Amino acid sequence: MQITVTVNGERYTRGVEPRLLLVHFLRDDLGLTGTHWGCDTSNCGVCAVWLDGAPVKSCTVLAVMADGHEVRTVEGLAHGAELDPVQQGFVACHGLQCGFCTPGMMMTARWLLDHDPDPSEEDIREAVSGQLCRCTGYENIVRSIRWAAEHGGAARPAEEDAGREEVRT
Amino acid sequence: MTTTGERPVGFGRMTRKEDARFVRGHGTYVDDVRLPGMLYGAVLRSPLAHARIVSVDTSAAEAHPKVRAVITGETLAGLGLAWMPTLSYDTQAVLATDKVRFQGQEVAFVVAEDRYAARDALELIDVEYDPLPPVVDARRALDPGAPVIRDDKEGRTDNHVFDWEAGDRAATDEVFARADVVVGQDMLYPRVHPAPLETCGTVADMDAVTGKLTVWSTTQAPHAHRTLYAMVAGLPEHKIRVISPDIGGGFGNKVGIYPGYVCAVVGSIVTGKPVKWVEDRSENLMSTSFARDYHMPGEMAASRDGRILGVRVKVLADHGAFNSTAQPTKYPAGFFHIFTGSYDIEAAHCEVTGVYTNKAPGGVAYACSFRVTEAVYLVERMVDVLAAELGTDPAELRMRNLLRPEQFPYRNKTGWEYDSGDYPRALRLAMDLAHYEELRREQAERRERGELMGIGVSFFTEAVGAGPRKHMDILGLGMADGAELRVHPTGKAVLRISVQTQGQGHETTFAQIVAEELGIPPEDIDVVHGDTDQTPFGLGTYGSRSTPVSGAAAALVARKVRERARLVASAMLEVSPDDLEWEKGRWFVTGDPDQGRTMAEIALAAHSTLELPEGVEGHLDASCVYNPPNLTFPFGAYICVADVDAGTGQVKVRRFVAVDDCGTRINPMIVEGQVHGGLADGLGMALMQVIAFDEDGNCLGGSFMDYLLPTAVECPSWELGETVTPSPHHPIGAKGVGESATVGSPAAVVNAVVDALRPLGVRHVDMPLTPAAVWRAARGQPFRSDLAIT
Ligand code: FES
Ligand code: FES
Repeated sequence: MQITVTVNGERYTRGVEPRLLLVHFLRDDLGLTGTHWGCDTSNCGVCAVWLDGAPVKSCTVLAVMADGHEVRTVEGLAHGAELDPVQQGFVACHGLQCGFCTPGMMMTARWLLDHDPDPSEEDIREAVSGQLCRCTGYENIVRSIRWAAEHGGAARPAEEDAGREEVRT
Repeated sequence: MTTTGERPVGFGRMTRKEDARFVRGHGTYVDDVRLPGMLYGAVLRSPLAHARIVSVDTSAAEAHPKVRAVITGETLAGLGLAWMPTLSYDTQAVLATDKVRFQGQEVAFVVAEDRYAARDALELIDVEYDPLPPVVDARRALDPGAPVIRDDKEGRTDNHVFDWEAGDRAATDEVFARADVVVGQDMLYPRVHPAPLETCGTVADMDAVTGKLTVWSTTQAPHAHRTLYAMVAGLPEHKIRVISPDIGGGFGNKVGIYPGYVCAVVGSIVTGKPVKWVEDRSENLMSTSFARDYHMPGEMAASRDGRILGVRVKVLADHGAFNSTAQPTKYPAGFFHIFTGSYDIEAAHCEVTGVYTNKAPGGVAYACSFRVTEAVYLVERMVDVLAAELGTDPAELRMRNLLRPEQFPYRNKTGWEYDSGDYPRALRLAMDLAHYEELRREQAERRERGELMGIGVSFFTEAVGAGPRKHMDILGLGMADGAELRVHPTGKAVLRISVQTQGQGHETTFAQIVAEELGIPPEDIDVVHGDTDQTPFGLGTYGSRSTPVSGAAAALVARKVRERARLVASAMLEVSPDDLEWEKGRWFVTGDPDQGRTMAEIALAAHSTLELPEGVEGHLDASCVYNPPNLTFPFGAYICVADVDAGTGQVKVRRFVAVDDCGTRINPMIVEGQVHGGLADGLGMALMQVIAFDEDGNCLGGSFMDYLLPTAVECPSWELGETVTPSPHHPIGAKGVGESATVGSPAAVVNAVVDALRPLGVRHVDMPLTPAAVWRAARGQPFRSDLAIT
């Protein structure tokens, strides 16, 4: 099947098998390996990306379901050369160790802050509760997201991002 | 950007160098490696725990248009590769030929043009099995008439793997005979799995022209893997390159060599193409290195006034179908014999019997420090059982028996020499941070109201940094590690190390070690690791050995460079080397501090035409191998506060205070991160994680739906404290810390829950303390959750 998916502001047209998972489409067909895969049962969340502005586990979405839709991945999180406050927060607060869960965590965090610029610790824990981290004990992930909230973590206009992304790719 | 102002030149808080790529999604994990013409492998696994293989028909799979090769045990037998040596001098089937011995065992390997086709082809392989009765319960493994699992081994008539003991039996019996109080508690440390979020995998690329094999692999020990490939496959070692790129967590899961790795190598040889194999989550949980599975009937003897006199245990160790634990050869039960813990105990004796069962092989994994985890859990549970028996507060009983600072270096009764410690100080600090006395008051009030609140204390002594070559080896390879340091003419440096990070942040901390020694900023030091073609030999990262062993090598090689720099500086300044003094980053003339040269100036001069004294070579580069004189012994005191819902059995860990002492802290931010992660692991093991089996040997923990891991919601906000007691024998006084929290925390959680249930007459509950387990224990009907048969 031929599908066209907009990823991080860029349109990609590819022929895919109907059963192909979005996570494999992103990783294997588009080479966007920042999105990871970690389980067979939709439990770990390392595959989290945005589909039309909301986080989804890309292992539970077929690539064909993304046909005509917009996907945002970790590769589209920075604003050009400048890291998103969420990315800065994860660096500043040691919110990652092996880095495997990090892209998914950051995508959820970005969405959370877009909808609640000042989340409590409980809100943050709840927001990432569908995602696992085996390294950090979550403490510094929570702190990283709080850091982002306190350092200009509020949303940037989507159009501005899209524009930047196009320039970058 | 730093969290606390200025970047340090050396030790101190500093953000990680590696994060720049990770937060952009630019890490390179094994599954991110893509080579031209690459094919994909998939493993067919046994659905049965124990069965004879009657036939394997691969014809339909071979006919699949996208399949390039199908490899079976028979194919491998033809190449002499059907069996491989394990790290414990046993053998393990790469692909089964005669029998399958656990559910999930590797039976065939398909190589196809894409992942999905490889999976499709597995469905087309027809294996006929003749089922055999399985051995599931380790306690039945040595029964007369138990099915013999390893009948591949000549003359084998039972499932016995080893017997091992440590300590003094007679002295211990004597102490028990005269003690006022003896308590006993049978406990199980159930089988768990490290479950790093990245599963295991490999990309194997055999270049048919040069004969060079390049393997990108999820390995914590690239050099050991290279040597093993050379031994297994008979390939010349210089023609093997093992690359361990970014690793998505290891925790001991990625120490061993798995059949899938070997199959990918064979697949590449057979097809002439690179072959990628990445296991799925079920394969990871069902077939790769599990941890624990120790049955421990502990006993403790004490005087009426609460002096612990002796401890003994006769452990039954479930090793699964192949003994493939990865631990120093001399110690088949790892470092379990550190089970006297942190106490001044007169006599101790342990026996460990290892048995085969029809379960996945492995045993030493999951941040266990070669089974210090099991040892600490045993002794810390026993101390609480004793406290309950004596009616003494468990923190007070510990305080009374902890080793005193003046006893160090301390030789325990099973032969360990603890290097340094101030244990009472750490426990006191933890109690202060927790407001222990207040918590006890609150608990008394809640108990009045019928609420179940528990306070759990644990104290641990870790043994990390394997190890002295004289005593410690893996398959005959001594556990020393190398380091190489090159200083470029402009004063920038490259450090090459033998260990491999799986998230511990080596690229930052090892640069900080060199920075501390040479006064070069850490940003100017590149750390190269995880590539056998580019780094010196060493045994890798596990057992918290990176800082104690390789960290020492890094410090010593930097000191060598510093001494070379001194000679060059003396030529530059035309003074004797003896007249030079070091301050961070610079040699200067004694008594004339303005007369000096910086490392950058010296580096340039070392590469210049400057005339050097007789016998002094140019350049500053150096290498070294570090053979540790002893292990290092980090320690800590943990306090857990838990509330139990009497109606549902649900446990909520409300607070967790952890005081860790790992000696010198190279980067406190990273140390704290290591502790946070270990605490979550300990909480997970205590409350929810178990790889259970039904009576047919079916694995009941084969997915994240069944094998539960803690999320951000179950974890409290960890409260940390620290004391610093440097290791006297380590060049920078550092001890390992990666596993401390995993070792120390499960007992604190279990002690808290048992403490909460004490008004109900509960003395012990085996992990994991699921709502069902707690609910039943509260009703006097505890059950074993490692087996479905209860
Ligand atoms: S890969 Fe685990 S939830 Fe998607
Ligand atoms: S940083 Fe390793 S899994 Fe989260």
